Amino acid sequence: MMTFRPGAKTALTLRILVHICAVLPLLWLFWAIPKGVFGGDPVKELIHFLGIGTLRLLLLTLCISPLAKMLKFGQLLKLRRPLGLWCFAWAALHFYVWLALDLTFEWSLIGEELVKRTYILVGFSALLLLLALAVTSIPKLMRKMGRNWKKLHNYIYLVALLGCLHYWWSLKSGWVSPAGYTCFTLYLLWLRREKFGINLHQKSLPSASLSKDFVQSHSSNP
Amino acid sequence: MLIKRPQIGAISENEVTPESIYLSRRSVLKALGIVAASGVALNARGGVFDDLLGGDKPASEAPRSPLPYTKDNQTHGLILTPENKVTSHNNYYEFGTDKTDPAANSQHLKTQPWTLTVEGEVEQPGTIDLWEMIHTSALEERIYRMRCVEAWSMVIPWLGVELGSILKKFKPTSRAKYVAFETLYDPEQMPGQKSRRIGGGIQYPYVEGLRIDEAMHPLTLLSVGLYGKTLPPQNGAPVRLVVPWKYGFKGIKSIVKIRLMETQPPTTWNLLAPNEYGFYANVNPNVDHPRWSQASERFIGPGGPFSSTRQKTLMFNGYEEAVASLYAGMDLRKFY
Repeated sequence: MMTFRPGAKTALTLRILVHICAVLPLLWLFWAIPKGVFGGDPVKELIHFLGIGTLRLLLLTLCISPLAKMLKFGQLLKLRRPLGLWCFAWAALHFYVWLALDLTFEWSLIGEELVKRTYILVGFSALLLLLALAVTSIPKLMRKMGRNWKKLHNYIYLVALLGCLHYWWSLKSGWVSPAGYTCFTLYLLWLRREKFGINLHQKSLPSASLSKDFVQSHSSNP
Repeated sequence: MLIKRPQIGAISENEVTPESIYLSRRSVLKALGIVAASGVALNARGGVFDDLLGGDKPASEAPRSPLPYTKDNQTHGLILTPENKVTSHNNYYEFGTDKTDPAANSQHLKTQPWTLTVEGEVEQPGTIDLWEMIHTSALEERIYRMRCVEAWSMVIPWLGVELGSILKKFKPTSRAKYVAFETLYDPEQMPGQKSRRIGGGIQYPYVEGLRIDEAMHPLTLLSVGLYGKTLPPQNGAPVRLVVPWKYGFKGIKSIVKIRLMETQPPTTWNLLAPNEYGFYANVNPNVDHPRWSQASERFIGPGGPFSSTRQKTLMFNGYEEAVASLYAGMDLRKFY
């Protein structure tokens, strides 16, 4: 691990790999659904497939900075943006298939379900947060927002927790798989325990926060 | 026998579309090269993918034999769900929780011989040699709506005998107030019973129950086939229950035991989540599942994979006229 000295070229290859890995399963659907891989009625299975895919992309995004730290490979951080954006794309598709194919654009029913069913509300909140993160991922906006950008993008941790909750709650029975995802999410959060500690400290010492934030937003280990 | 089955007006008055017509539609599409030429659009409608879908079968599919039966002429203008959808979109957690798992994992299920035990509050407890029953009974076709508690529905041509006619042979006693059913328990054959992860963490064997008047109702069917042939394993071979005015989970599959009882028997989904699944589980558009609306349903009918349509759910799944009297005076919000 010590001799591993990846450069910008490796990072670019990985970036291309991220795009390929995120889009391939979507292209596979064009073959799999007509072939009957999802059964005679693919709607429920498709929604589940896209939902699980979203959660995996989200957790993969959260793996990047601990990995970069471990491998001492700062360039890896560049993968967070494409991964995060793909995560949003998958989430949006997951939501769209529910709207279009499950509820067949019956808006009164959609409105009712969004409000009345807590697990759907949880998922929808996570989607709105992801939308905010996706929109603000434009580099220009990122610079313009400065410190606030960082604050906003810390909501990714909340999205991960909401995602796990949404998944767990949506199941008719069983807990093994959602428990696995939740544990992994908690592990990724635990790796960042110092960060949350720092943020708490900042709240009590507003005068010190500026310089600390400045350091944080310019370091490669968020 | 005089069976009054309700008129159903909410759906078009067309005759049931026979399978041969879908098949010919498919071949027309194929001839036009539509199947090969078209891309997948998420909201694709129509039979674009029928051809490919119909052609995909598991490598070693359990054989199904044709059965003799009297046709159901009271089709009420219902449109049938194509056979390949009925047999590839199933809930049968003993073989896995995904809709495609049962078809993929159940084909090896040993259904011959099969013995069905009838016991409890009957004068003459005993067993049924299922295959002898199949070959000696006058099987009827019953075209029923099937409404899943997950808010999707199908229309399925079942083959079977009225449960009541079978139970009467064992002479229920006056103490027989309920009927309990039990699925085969065989973890070697049913991976979901072996592993909590595969089986979705429900208790096995799967158990279900009916009140005696529900069990004796002429609509209640002990089914042994669908689409003119014996049941495929994923649909509950060799024998399952069909209660068309109740949610699909009441239709217990691969039954090995029927016990008549004085007290209400436990039922699997009710044990797991009593606030979500009641003992009665009558289809009721006015009582929502805590996590989704039951007012409407996605009907899985003929056409491509995305051709399902949303329709209003009918009280007692459209069998209100025939069964509402069973529940006269009951608060259906309380006894859901």
